[in-house]
Amino acid sequence: MSVIPIEYYLILSAFMFVVGVIGVFIRRNAIVVFMCIELMLNSANLALVTFSSYIGNPVGQVFVFFVMTVAAAEAAVGLAIIIAIFRNKQTVNIDEINIFKW
Amino acid sequence: MIKYIYLAVLFPLIGFLINGFFGRKIKSELTIGIIGSSTVGIAFLISLLAFVQTIQFPVEQRTNTVELFTWLSANGLNIKFAYLVDQLSLTMSLIVTGVGFLIHVYSIGYMHGDKGFWRFFAYLNLFIFAMMNLILGDNFVVLFLGWEGVGLCSYLLIGFWYDRKFEKGTTADAAKKAFIVNRIGDFGFLLGLFLIYQTFDSLNFQDVFSKAQTFLINENTFNLIALFLFIGATGKSAQIPLYIWLPDAMAGPTPVSALIHAATMVTAGVYMVSRASILFASAPTVMMIIAVVGLLTAFLAATIGLVQNDIKKVLAYSTISQLGYMFLASGVGAFSSSIFHVMTHAFFKALLFLGAGSVIHAMHEEQNIQNYGGLKNYMPKTYFTFLIAALAIAGFPGFSGFFSKDEILWYAYVNGGFIFWFGGAVTAMLTAFYIFRLFALTFLGNERFDHHKYHPHESPSVMTIPLIILAILSILGGYVGIPEIFSDQEGNLFKNWLEPVYKSAEEKLLTSSFHSHFEEVLLMLISVLLALCAIYIAIYVYTKNIFVIDKLKKRFVKVYNLLFNKYYVDEIYDSIIVRPIKIVSEKILWKFTDSIIIDGMVNGVAEIVNIFSEKIRRIQNGLVQFYALIMGVGIVLILFWIIVNL
Amino acid sequence: MTNNFMLTYLLIVPIIGSLVILFFNENEKKLVRWIGLVFSLITFIISLFVYYLFDSTKTDFQLIHKVLWIKSLNISYHVGIDGISLILVLLTTFITPLTLLSTWNSINDKVKMFTFSMLLLEAGMIGVFISLDLFLFYIFWEAMLIPMYFIIGIWGGERRIYASIKFFLYTMFGSLLMLVAIIWLAVYASNQLGFFSTNLLDLYKVGPLVSREIQKWMFFAFFLSFAIKVPLFPLHTWLPDAHVEAPTAGSVILAGVLLKMGTYGLIRYCLPLFPQTAVEYAPLISILAVIGIIYGALVSMVQPDMKKLVAYSSVSHLGFVVLGIFAMTIESMQGAIIQMINHGLSTGALFLLVGIIYERTHHREIEYYGGIAKIVPIYSTILMIVSLSSIGLPGLNGFVGEFLILLGSFKSLVLNSWWYTIFAATGIIFAAVYLLWMYQRVVFGVIKNDNLRQELTDMNIRELITLIPILLFIFWIGIYPSTFLKLTEVSTQSILKSVASFTYDFLK
Repeated sequence: MSVIPIEYYLILSAFMFVVGVIGVFIRRNAIVVFMCIELMLNSANLALVTFSSYIGNPVGQVFVFFVMTVAAAEAAVGLAIIIAIFRNKQTVNIDEINIFKW
Repeated sequence: MIKYIYLAVLFPLIGFLINGFFGRKIKSELTIGIIGSSTVGIAFLISLLAFVQTIQFPVEQRTNTVELFTWLSANGLNIKFAYLVDQLSLTMSLIVTGVGFLIHVYSIGYMHGDKGFWRFFAYLNLFIFAMMNLILGDNFVVLFLGWEGVGLCSYLLIGFWYDRKFEKGTTADAAKKAFIVNRIGDFGFLLGLFLIYQTFDSLNFQDVFSKAQTFLINENTFNLIALFLFIGATGKSAQIPLYIWLPDAMAGPTPVSALIHAATMVTAGVYMVSRASILFASAPTVMMIIAVVGLLTAFLAATIGLVQNDIKKVLAYSTISQLGYMFLASGVGAFSSSIFHVMTHAFFKALLFLGAGSVIHAMHEEQNIQNYGGLKNYMPKTYFTFLIAALAIAGFPGFSGFFSKDEILWYAYVNGGFIFWFGGAVTAMLTAFYIFRLFALTFLGNERFDHHKYHPHESPSVMTIPLIILAILSILGGYVGIPEIFSDQEGNLFKNWLEPVYKSAEEKLLTSSFHSHFEEVLLMLISVLLALCAIYIAIYVYTKNIFVIDKLKKRFVKVYNLLFNKYYVDEIYDSIIVRPIKIVSEKILWKFTDSIIIDGMVNGVAEIVNIFSEKIRRIQNGLVQFYALIMGVGIVLILFWIIVNL
Repeated sequence: MTNNFMLTYLLIVPIIGSLVILFFNENEKKLVRWIGLVFSLITFIISLFVYYLFDSTKTDFQLIHKVLWIKSLNISYHVGIDGISLILVLLTTFITPLTLLSTWNSINDKVKMFTFSMLLLEAGMIGVFISLDLFLFYIFWEAMLIPMYFIIGIWGGERRIYASIKFFLYTMFGSLLMLVAIIWLAVYASNQLGFFSTNLLDLYKVGPLVSREIQKWMFFAFFLSFAIKVPLFPLHTWLPDAHVEAPTAGSVILAGVLLKMGTYGLIRYCLPLFPQTAVEYAPLISILAVIGIIYGALVSMVQPDMKKLVAYSSVSHLGFVVLGIFAMTIESMQGAIIQMINHGLSTGALFLLVGIIYERTHHREIEYYGGIAKIVPIYSTILMIVSLSSIGLPGLNGFVGEFLILLGSFKSLVLNSWWYTIFAATGIIFAAVYLLWMYQRVVFGVIKNDNLRQELTDMNIRELITLIPILLFIFWIGIYPSTFLKLTEVSTQSILKSVASFTYDFLK
């Protein structure tokens, strides 16, 4: 049975992360930005699982569960906030959500 | 009865509480008046019984204390609420409750119809309560309690008609002035107390006085203690430089002037000096100061009294002057004479004021004696009693004032020297003159008032009976203190009675210079002659020959103005003390120091932070992605820095 | 020993009360008010129990309740009282229900939040007085700022935001320095004792050992924090602003209890922790106190605004307290403690009284009034009694405190000069001036303003209920102060004894 080399996983993880970062930087829609954050979290998850299995230490996978839980909670709260903002401002364009400033 | 002496204090308090709380509901003036008077009457009876009991004791046992409860205690300080019943306090309490009772009764008539009738009686009772504490207190702090208490009542009663105009302001102004000037005196009094406590480690009379006899203490300390206490006395007893409140105190109803500002409260200072005689006797410098201040006050106040036109003002300055006499007596070491004068003065000055009140009552609140005249036909009882009082204060032989004043003058001569006697005698002459000027302008001569406006009438008997009783006292009161040269065996009864209280003080003073009886009689004759002349001139000039006065006025217009304006003392105080303090407080302390400097610094710090923040807050532009970018750049830089430093 | 929980109950009941209130609807104003009142009364009753359990003859802290809290730093929940704490706790629990009662009508907006804040504030104040752990103390000290900040900031007058921020920042500034000093002390303790400790009883042993140079810094870090709270001249300018802008209840609590926390801190922390420095700087601090007495009185005299007048008079009165504390004699210290209570009662009552007419006319300027004795006789009488108590008339409470303070400072060896007392005693003259002058302009004279006839009505039953208990104590303390003096005597003695034991050489 041929094993997929670890580099593949890591490259995929890095690629996902970079996509996430760029998405956070350049997209204007709050929901997309939010999804990009999720993408970054998941890329980290992937890296964790990869190393866990490679080293044979299950702790990394335990961490992943934690991350997933937190991500779920975060998604719930974050989406709630975005919905609340949308109700208030009729938009989710984050350039227009800039009242928290001088 | 000595054991129950606190009842004499308590009853007036009960009267105050009843009238104070329920007076508004009690519709009948008579009920209120009876409650007010009877409580004081009972206090008088209790004092009288205690007096009778004490007088039966042998001399050594005549000092008793009645302890109630511990008031203040901290560390070594242990101040009990206790009353001291001895010759001095009994004498004073008899005067206060006795005269007080008569004035209460008189007030039922005088205050008739006033809206604040119940309030008036409540305050009067409270006053008697406070005054009794002052007199009977067994230590300096209870004395001070009474001291401040009477000050408060004086304040309340001066401002009793708080919405009436009085001179330049309202009666409330006069009341406030009285309280504050008294407070200045109290400031000195308190310092005296502190120094006593520091020196003797106690504030109890008997402790302090016995220690003062036996401890070896620097004379300077005694001088300071005595000086501080005397400052207190100048406030309460209206002496130079703090006498200015008393003339204004006449804004109160006349019975108040009689009770508080003539007969009782203002003598509190004299009482205190007398009580602490040993402390004063140990302070020769201050004794001298007291004598001089007393004499000066007596003289200057008498000169002002010569030209005043307000009937109560004349009497007020007369009171100041007479108080000066009492301090003169204390200052030369004749403590019992000063108390003797307190007593006789209480009788005749209360009578004078009540008589004046009767006149004011009859003349519908008119107080200018220039608008009186010939009133003797309308109010014979008032006229007659007033005459007796006037004779008494003028020192007419046989009347009470004669005995007490003569005694003071004699001791002034013996212990102080000729100059003190002379000053006193001249003042006595001035006194005789101004009081008979007042008498003549009021009761004798032409009727100068408008008959359409005024219908003078004799006052009701509830007012005249106290006048008559006081008149009797003004005559007979002096016979308890007949000079030794005239009474063969018993000696001076009054003096002998008080003797034990002053024994230690007199030992300290040791004045044993010998003077012949001839001298005493001679001096007495001279002063009596002076007074008689003054009486004659006053009556003659003011009934027959008023032009002389006008001529004199024109001739000495400057002196007249100076006297008429009371040496401009009020104005001077106002411009060098009162106004500067106000201006400094407002303009410098508040609006400059507080608002600009102190608050300026506080706000300045905030302002600086603010300016700085203003500059850097622009970084916060509210764009999430901008923040994220900065964060990214930051991470890259930190990573770079770490790698470089590897 | 279940008694040990008494103090904790005292702390917890108002907190429970505040939480209970959160469950009610904003619109049920009446109910919310009643609940607040009931809980504050329960707290008061518990404090009476505490008084009953307290043994005033013992030197040590009593009713101690100690639970280890943060193990690694050896910080514990540690409460206990001595006479001084007890009397201040009683003052707090006594004043709070009265203030709640006083706002029955005047606060209609956000009643729920208000009652919540007041109860929380009460818990904070009690906590400050009973903490025996510096960390715990610090938490309460800061926590109590928050409700007060809201009380001024939400229900205050026109410039309430300015006043509340000033109050907050000023106090915060001082207390941060105190925090640094607390940490330093705790670390120093770990060097000396071998364990990190914020326990006050441990630090009492350690504090005096700190080298004089550093002790000075420590002392002033604490002192500054307390001096701002007192407030001592020249750190007082937050006070008039806060008082003027705060609602009546806020002013009453501020004057009645909050300022006492500063003076309490001086007694509890500054003196016993750093006795040498305290003695060394006592003359300097006393000078500031005396300046405060005179300055406060003079500035108070010329204020056109009644509330501001009372606020500045606080500066003057608290000057007496500080003088009493730093004169370091038993008489003066006892006087200072009684004066703290007196000021709480008298000034609290003055604020209540000003609040009562403000509620009716919405005017606080003295100018607006005149001759109101005719319209509101009962009010005028009570105002007179309270003013007189503030002036220090013998027989009323103010005299007892001022007399003992002045008496003690006069013979103080630490100050060793009469001048402090002589100047301080002029304060009693000025007190008469500013209060009587104000009284005269407001109450006496002819009725100045026809509006007054319509606007003013005499005090109602509720207002009488708030003031009569205070009057009762004004007379009680004035006539029979032994009840209160005895309570604190032993504690005062022990504090001064410990100070003296460390500074014996220095005093020589």
